[in-house]
Amino acid sequence: MKRLFPILSIFTVILLAYALYEALVVAPTDAQQGDVYRIIYYHVPSAWTAFLLFFINFIASIQYLANAKPSTKTAAKWIVIAIGVGGVIACFLPPVQRLLPTGMRPSAVATTVLLIPIFYFLIGKLFPGERLDMLAVTSAEVGVVFCSIVLVTGPIWARPVWGIWWAPGDIRLTSTLVLWLIYVSYLVLRRFSSSAQTQMLAAALAVFGALDVPLVYFSIWFFRTQHPQPVIGGGGSMDPRMLHVLLISWMAFLCFAFLVCWSRFRLELLHREIEEGHAMESLSGSGVAPRASLPLGRSSR
Amino acid sequence: MNSLWGVILATMVKDIRLEWRSKDALNSMLFFSLLVVVIFMFSFDPLAEESRHIVGGLVWVGFLFASVTALNQTWARELRNQVLDAYRVSPGPANALFLAKAMGNFIFVSVLEALMTPLFVIFYNVRVLGPAWQLLPIAILGTWALVVNGTFFAAMSLRTHSREIMLPLLLFPISIPAVVSMVAGTTAILTGEESAHFYIVLLLTYDVVFTTACLALFGMILHAE
Repeated sequence: MKRLFPILSIFTVILLAYALYEALVVAPTDAQQGDVYRIIYYHVPSAWTAFLLFFINFIASIQYLANAKPSTKTAAKWIVIAIGVGGVIACFLPPVQRLLPTGMRPSAVATTVLLIPIFYFLIGKLFPGERLDMLAVTSAEVGVVFCSIVLVTGPIWARPVWGIWWAPGDIRLTSTLVLWLIYVSYLVLRRFSSSAQTQMLAAALAVFGALDVPLVYFSIWFFRTQHPQPVIGGGGSMDPRMLHVLLISWMAFLCFAFLVCWSRFRLELLHREIEEGHAMESLSGSGVAPRASLPLGRSSR
Repeated sequence: MNSLWGVILATMVKDIRLEWRSKDALNSMLFFSLLVVVIFMFSFDPLAEESRHIVGGLVWVGFLFASVTALNQTWARELRNQVLDAYRVSPGPANALFLAKAMGNFIFVSVLEALMTPLFVIFYNVRVLGPAWQLLPIAILGTWALVVNGTFFAAMSLRTHSREIMLPLLLFPISIPAVVSMVAGTTAILTGEESAHFYIVLLLTYDVVFTTACLALFGMILHAE
């Protein structure tokens, strides 16, 4: 594990540089927008990464809450399986298909629904106990950073193309902004909360936030959107050469996000070990506290 | 079931009696929203036609800000003399306590709305062009939407430092869809340009979703130690 980190870092740097080269040089210029459009190679991958991280945060939080009692743990497991199976079947029923927005493919929705049980069990297996909460805080923090990139690069692109920095009431812009606000309030709660109950409160807030997002989306349903249609799974279309560059860029961003999350997770792990050590030390009085004197260089094991 | 309603009723009557004697929350809310009305009036100075479009937003923003002052006092009252700790060890169901508090707040904010709405009408010369009775379901559902989450997050922010500041920081982002529906629905009725049915249904959905979530998680928040 210790050796993997620098190797992955070098790989990410190379991939990011390659993605930048592809985005600026190789990708063809847009017929209508000119070179301004090239910002999507940063905007769209950041958005995908941010949404993925918020999704991970939600799954980790709900699992943290469910694991509090054995009965809810079992119930949650079956509910997640039911959501996965039921959701996939529902996506291919004609009455449900009619409800989907035009251009959205049922297979894309089914894949997304299927991700819920997959992520749930994967995360539960890889991050037992308190590590679920560490994963939640890590993904929220890094997700907010990527979401901020989305919210900054969007107006930079919109100004020359739309003529305005921000389209008030636009469905996609508004829901992303609200998502960002919810997760900033999540981080504020974590910062301001006193130590022992923070995890539970934060997990509850994350669940509230996740419930809020679809409602935000529907509350501005009637407002028209100016935002281009989604490229994957939506009604938007794109030159295959552009899509190729976009996917490379996304790979680079995913690697980068993974790297940042990994170091943040290690930091959180060490932080808690030290806190625990201090607690043990104060419990055992002046006696030896073996875990308190952790050298910071020790990597996660 | 009997004990659930017994605890709800007892707690709510106690809260209302306390409020009736001290009038802490109601007075501060009333004065605060009066200030909001006056300040908005000076800063916009709208014509009757314009005011129909903006007054929905002003009313609900005023009530949202004012209700935070009441919500902040909900649980702070129980901290004195360790009343909340006594609740925790008592056999009474946690959700009964939550429902009692939420209903109490609902009554306080409704009283505020009933007293302040005429003032908005007078100051902004509002005349309703759409079906006015639909304002009632919007007011009831919207107030419950603010109050149910507000009560929950007030309990949550009890566990933080500087809890007075924490409540709006937690409540406002989550309340955005409710506020959007309340404002858009009210504007739709005032201008009579479109139907408010969609927003009423959305508010109802919001209320059902978040009341369920609050009831499911409140026990955890109360006993988080």
